[in-house]
Formats: sequence, C-alpha cells, structure tokens
Amino acid sequence: MDYQVIAFWLLSFITLGSALSVVFFTNIVHSALALIVTFLGIAGIYLTLHADFLAAVQVLVYAGAISILIVFGIMLITRGDGKMAETNLFGKYKYTAAIVVTTLFGVISYFIIRTPWSIETAALSENTIGDLAEILLADYVIPFELAAILLTVAMVGAIVIAREVKNPK
Amino acid sequence: MGVNLTLITPELVVTGLAFVVMIISLLVPKDQKKGLAYLSVFGLITTLVILYLMIDVQGTLFNGMYVVDAFGSFLKMLVVLSSLMAIIMGVQYVEKFITGFVGEFCFLVLFATLGMMTLVSAGDFITLYVALELMTISFIILVGFGKRIFRATEAAIKYLLLSAFSSGVLLYGLTLVYGAAKTTNIDGIMEYIAQGETPPVLLLGIVFLISGFGFKVSAVPFHMWTPDVYEGAPTPVTALLSVASKGAAFGVFMRVFLKALPGNVELWMPVIIAITVLTILLGNFVAIPQKNIKRLLAFSGVAQAGYMLLGLVAFSTVGVSAALFYALMYVFCNMGAFGVVIAFSQAGGSDEIQDYNGLWKRSPFLAAVMLVSLLSLAGIPPLVGFVGKFQLFKAIMEQGYVWLVFVALGMSMVSVYYYLLVAKAMYLKDPKENTPIKVPMGMQITLLATMIITLFLGIYPTPLTNLATQVAKTFF
Repeated sequence: MDYQVIAFWLLSFITLGSALSVVFFTNIVHSALALIVTFLGIAGIYLTLHADFLAAVQVLVYAGAISILIVFGIMLITRGDGKMAETNLFGKYKYTAAIVVTTLFGVISYFIIRTPWSIETAALSENTIGDLAEILLADYVIPFELAAILLTVAMVGAIVIAREVKNPK
Repeated sequence: MGVNLTLITPELVVTGLAFVVMIISLLVPKDQKKGLAYLSVFGLITTLVILYLMIDVQGTLFNGMYVVDAFGSFLKMLVVLSSLMAIIMGVQYVEKFITGFVGEFCFLVLFATLGMMTLVSAGDFITLYVALELMTISFIILVGFGKRIFRATEAAIKYLLLSAFSSGVLLYGLTLVYGAAKTTNIDGIMEYIAQGETPPVLLLGIVFLISGFGFKVSAVPFHMWTPDVYEGAPTPVTALLSVASKGAAFGVFMRVFLKALPGNVELWMPVIIAITVLTILLGNFVAIPQKNIKRLLAFSGVAQAGYMLLGLVAFSTVGVSAALFYALMYVFCNMGAFGVVIAFSQAGGSDEIQDYNGLWKRSPFLAAVMLVSLLSLAGIPPLVGFVGKFQLFKAIMEQGYVWLVFVALGMSMVSVYYYLLVAKAMYLKDPKENTPIKVPMGMQITLLATMIITLFLGIYPTPLTNLATQVAKTFF
C-alpha cells in the first residue's frame, strides 16, 4: 500500500512538472517532448488505480498517436529552429493568460477541497478488458456504435476537406 | 435480454439512409449525384412520418442510456424537418458553388441529423457527449467543405477550435457532476440531488455545464463564434446550423436542467436569468449596425436563443411548451429567411444588405417571403412569431418576472427596427439591375410552405400549441 502512495506522489510530480515545462519551455520541440512525458505520467496514475486497459490506451493513443500528430504539426509550422517566440507570433498574452489560469485554478481547487468526498471501496475488477467489453456491448452499446459512426464521419470529413478541388471554373 | 429496438426506428432509418447515400455517392459518376438528394429527402420524409406516429411512445433503452419520450420525439421532428428543408434548398447552391460535393453534402447533413436526434434522446451523459460530438464534427466538416467559398475555411477553423474548447468545458462539467453524484445517468443524478445535499463540486459542475450548453445555443457571453461562422459557412449549412443545432442543443439543455438538476433550481436559476437578459439585450443591439444579411441573422439568432431561454426561466409546463412552440416556429421563419438568402446568392447577388435594394422588383416572391419571415421573427401579429412570443411572455409573467417581460418586450421593439431596415432596402430602394431572379422549383415549394405555415399558425396556432403542451408534460 505504501509503495502505491509513493508511486502516486512520484507520478504526480512527474506529470505536473512536465505539464508546467510544456508551458514554460521556450522551444516548441522541447514542449512537445515534455507533453509526451505528461501523457506517460497520466498512464502511470491510471496503473496505480488498477485501470490497466485505460493505461494501455493512454500510452497507445496519447503518447503514441497524438504526440506523433503534434510533432508533425510542429514540423510544418515551426520557424527559427522552433523558438516559441518566432513560431507563435500571436502569443502576446502571457500575463493575461497567467492571471486567468491562476484564478481558475484557485477557484476550482477551492471548490474541490471544500467538497466532502465519500470514498467507496468497491471490489476491483480482475479482468478489466473482459468487463469493459461486456459493458460496452450491453448497456453502452448506443454510445459505442455512435462513436464508431463518429470516427467514420471524421475520417470521411478529413478526406473531403483535404481533397484538392480540381478544375475551378 | 429483451431490447425493444422499435423505439429507435427513426434513428436506425437515418443511420441506414446516411450510409446508403455515402456508399452510393462513391459509386455514381460525379455529375449524377442529384438523385442522392431526392433519396435523402424521401428518407427524411419517411422518418418524419415515423416520428409523428411515435409521438406518444414512451420508453427507455439499456437501463436509461437512451430515453424515448414525447419531448425527444418533438425535437427530433424539428431536427428532421430542418434537415429536410436544408437539403431541398441547398442542393442547387452546393452544385453551383461547391461543384461535385452534392453527395458529401447530403450524407454529412444526414449524419449531423443523426447526432442531433440521439442528442435530444440521451438519458446518460456518455450518450449525450458522443451524440454532441457527432453533431459538432459533422457540422465542422459541413462548414469547411466549401473551400472556394470566401472565408469558409476560416469559419471552419474558428468553429473547430471554439467548439473543441466548449466541449472540453462541458466535459469537465459532466465529470464534476459525475464525481459528486457517482452516476452519469440523468435520472440517477436527479435521485442523488433529491437527497438534499449539494457539494461544492456539483455547483462548479453546473457552472461548467451552463457555459458548455450556452456555447451550443449561442447565448451571450458564449456567442462569439456565431457571426463569423454563420457568415463564412455555405448558406444552406448556416441555415441548418442556426435552427437544428440550436434546437437540439436547447433540447438537451432543457433535459439536463429540468430532469437531472431541478433540485438545485434556486442555485442555477439566477445564472440562467442573467444569461438570458444579456443574450436578449446584446443580440438585439448588436444586430442593428450589421451590413451583412447573414451576420444580421446570426445576431438575430442570438437574440432568439435568449427568447427561447425564457422558457427555461419560467420553469413550468407552460414555459417549456412555449419554448418548444417558439423553437419550431423559429425553424420556419429562419429557414424562410435563409432560403431567400440562398436563392439570392445563387442568382449572383452578394450577402450585403444593400444588394437587396429593390428586391421586390426583381422577384416579388422572394421579397414577400423575406418580409413575412422577418416580421414573424420580430413578433408582429398575425404571424406565428407573435403567438410564440406571447406564450413565452405569458409563461414568465405567471412566474412573476414582470421586469423580464418588459425587457424582452422592449427588445422586441428594437428588433422590429433592424428587421425593417432589410424590408426598407427590399421595398423602398431602387435596384442596381433589373434582371428578374429565377427561383428553382424545389426552393419555391419550400419557401411557399414556410410562408403559408408562418401565416396559418399565426392565425390558428391551436394544433401546435396543443402538441407542445402535451409534449411539455414530460417534465414536472
């Protein structure tokens, strides 16, 4: 049990630290790399909560696919060796953003700390993937199928938007 | 286990239709896709008939994940009707300005329709969120697929970024509510709140929910995206976005707040009232200086969303029924107005209001439809808009919000001014050119239908009022 607490604190520090460095790094490539660490840290927190399937998905989708997408995006837009100031010419609202974000963080934390959370000790699932599959195809079948349609639409839409318009009249 | 799939027949029909249209549009040659529009229209009419027959059907699927009731069926009819009109009016526009994309236009509209239909029936936050995303993603593609239309890409990117942001806010709100109630089921949350305790996070969650839904119904101060997106998007898409997506989002807004959170009404009502007043004030005042008809209609749409919110403020059967009546009436009036904008731009005109000068000399029919739609939106008797506003004002009057009635009434006067500016341009000024405008057949029928319905329901609103009252009994 103690190991879990230690792991939790360690992972929290890694996650929050790398998330802060995403914001404060001056080079956009470094920010992207720090973001991958954040994603992995969150995957670790899922593991401490015994959500092993979710952790695997987090690593595959976020640390894998989304980071690649971000790196591709950076490759296409960066200027001046990835210096943030030259790549993002419109990022002038440093202080406004800082004030807004700190206020929001303060308000949300205040509300969360004030809440008396009741902790339930339900039995943990031994076979997460199997249980998830049963839930997804029983009660949650409508959102599940809708998500499938959503992905189809997104894919078709990406093609429709990216397709070159030929013979402009 | 027994699952009564007949309850979701309309959704299944639309899903099947959308996929059939998508597959056929890949197979047929580029210049022969017009048939797909006929197919979609036919399918949507079938769905409409099924929905009308199902209006009394009650039931839930999958332990409350999906709720079929009169409220949902009414809003589904509203959504299907708007999609139907958008496809009929939009086909020629798409053929002319976005050549070769008629098939894509049809099936994306159908997928958006599916998203909106499931959205108003969602009995659980997870269904709600996925349906909302299906709707939003389909709309983002629809807004952006007319790349050669001036500013469509800009509009799509704005819509993408802002709706991603608002979805994030909404999702955060949903998780906070879930964290407090330990269930995502709307009925379960109601039971949790009925136990009497309101932890601070629930409050925070409600605030996030209001901002998330406020974005979707374009209520002030979350309306920033509306004018830019409405102006940049292809006009048929703007028309659909302005009526159907607003109607559906409004429906889910009502379902969540009246079904899941009625126990905390004294907590969230002040916020809703403030948003409503701001929306009505700002929407009407900012509409006055607009020079572009689509931006004018966008701000008028913001104001109209404020009027619809009055139904939620009333927090009674009368209020909900009046809001539903208003939402359906808004479909006919707005579709009429946007139909004229579509027909006019197809004939080579721009969207600037000064280009509408002397429209009645060029096409008396279009000018008449525009006039009737705008006057109805302003709430002039004997048009349906007057009945709608009257019912809403009566509903909030009954709850004792007399000052709110005065604000709304005063702002209706303001709205008459800017709607009449368009009428003045159409009727009193001289046109730059005198060529008559040819209106395609399908468009003519649709516009005529909207005009007749606007007039007919204005004089004899009883059938729709009865229907709306019956539907509103779902709550309370």
